[in-house]
Amino acid sequence: MAQLTCRDLCLGYDGREIVHQLNFAVNPGDYLAVLGENGAGKSTLMRTILGLRPPMSGEILYGDGVSRSTIGYLPQQTVVQKDFPASVREIVLSGFEGQSGLRPFRTREQKKTAERVMDRVGLGELKTRCYRELSGGQQQRVLLARALCAAGNLLLLDEPATGLDPRITAELYDLIGGLNAGGTTVMMITHDVSAAVRYASHVLHVGPEWYFGTPAGYLASEIGRPFAERLLKENPTGREGSL
Amino acid sequence: MSFAETLQLYFSRSFVWNALIVGTLVSLCSSLLGVTLVLKRLSFIGDGLSHVAFGAMAIASVMKLTDDMPLTLAVTILCAVLLLGMGRRTKISGDAAVAMISVGALAVGYLLMNLFSKSANLSGDVCATLFGSTSILTLTESKVWMSVVLSAAVILVFVLFYNKIFALTFDEEFAEATGVRAGLYNLATAAVIAVIIVLAMNLVGSLLISALVIFPALSAMRVFKSFRSVTVCAAVVSVLCTVLGILISILKGTPVGSTIVAVDIAAFALFAIAGKLNGGFGK
Repeated sequence: MAQLTCRDLCLGYDGREIVHQLNFAVNPGDYLAVLGENGAGKSTLMRTILGLRPPMSGEILYGDGVSRSTIGYLPQQTVVQKDFPASVREIVLSGFEGQSGLRPFRTREQKKTAERVMDRVGLGELKTRCYRELSGGQQQRVLLARALCAAGNLLLLDEPATGLDPRITAELYDLIGGLNAGGTTVMMITHDVSAAVRYASHVLHVGPEWYFGTPAGYLASEIGRPFAERLLKENPTGREGSL
Repeated sequence: MSFAETLQLYFSRSFVWNALIVGTLVSLCSSLLGVTLVLKRLSFIGDGLSHVAFGAMAIASVMKLTDDMPLTLAVTILCAVLLLGMGRRTKISGDAAVAMISVGALAVGYLLMNLFSKSANLSGDVCATLFGSTSILTLTESKVWMSVVLSAAVILVFVLFYNKIFALTFDEEFAEATGVRAGLYNLATAAVIAVIIVLAMNLVGSLLISALVIFPALSAMRVFKSFRSVTVCAAVVSVLCTVLGILISILKGTPVGSTIVAVDIAAFALFAIAGKLNGGFGK
């Protein structure tokens, strides 16, 4: 059974439609790369899946133990967070807040899970460090750990490698690929076609005309081929920050 | 009379104790919420709401209410909810809305006091409301109790919802996406801020409230680096500065509100230097 199914989903702003009748499904263990031009509706799609905004029409179905509030989300960083005084542990623990309901304090189990998650994404040494003093790559790991605390088993990542240098980007992709290999379903917005093709099991190209299918099929398709060729020419290293 | 004797004399009076109790509680509450407000770039909300509280107080005094606190509280909470809660949906942008309501309330409040007040010392009354002057030293029994109860409520809410407050301050969108009811908590925050503003009016007057909200938080952020340590430090700094300010003003006869703020500024300067020298500590 699919964890996430979008059926005839139309997205847009202020009555203007930008994505028409999108249909796709995400199954357990999938790695879905979401590609598309800037402003094509990638982030809008993600915000709609998270329930932060309503779709213009169509429906989103959650299944297989996934509900809207158990999706782990890694948003793009906000200005506020740049100089926020908070320790790594505090931020990672805040991932549990949605599940806590009205319970004011964390359970012992939540604390244990957080420690395990931090070790898993390579934050073991940095747990008590201040978030704003970490490097960009380390900050993304913190937000990834927070998303893992919130997630049942589906992660939504919004351009996680923006602004990172190629080496750190590769490390981050390896980490995400490892999580996926461990059974976590991943849905990631990216500008990095080469990484999408290398890691993803499925590709969703969002735009006035959309594509959903395998990476190989995408590169051969009318939508995918010109887009991929142009991006690879502009950006051969696959570095997202330069886009 | 020696310094110690003077102090002893004052401490035998109940009004000094009342001032210290209310001052401690109010500064504790304002500093707790201050950290969130500063980090969410909402420092000016406090300023705007305090002017609203001034307007409401003017209406209360025109209506000759013996206790102006309930009306002031109701009006301020209403405006806070409008500004913070509805902020996203209105046509007028956030900061313009705050500016509009705050100067509007200030002007109308003064106008009403001028038109209807029978007081012989109108400018004295206005000055007292704006700058606090001596009102903290002339608290009635009922006002002291009301302050104690409201402060206790604010502190309780803060402790119970501390984790939620952190999650919403750091990343509202993420919190909302994972199922935290952000809208509801924002409304609650607005109401709590309004309560703090009305409480703080007695202490420093409506023009100086913002200082009580932002200075301790900014001082703590110079030096400390986790949300918990910043919050605790802001609370401690705020209470110490207020107590020190009240004592100085009693001994030297200076206006209470501005003395407290002056001490807060001095503390900020010290923390800024400490932060520079140390590169920060206290993880």
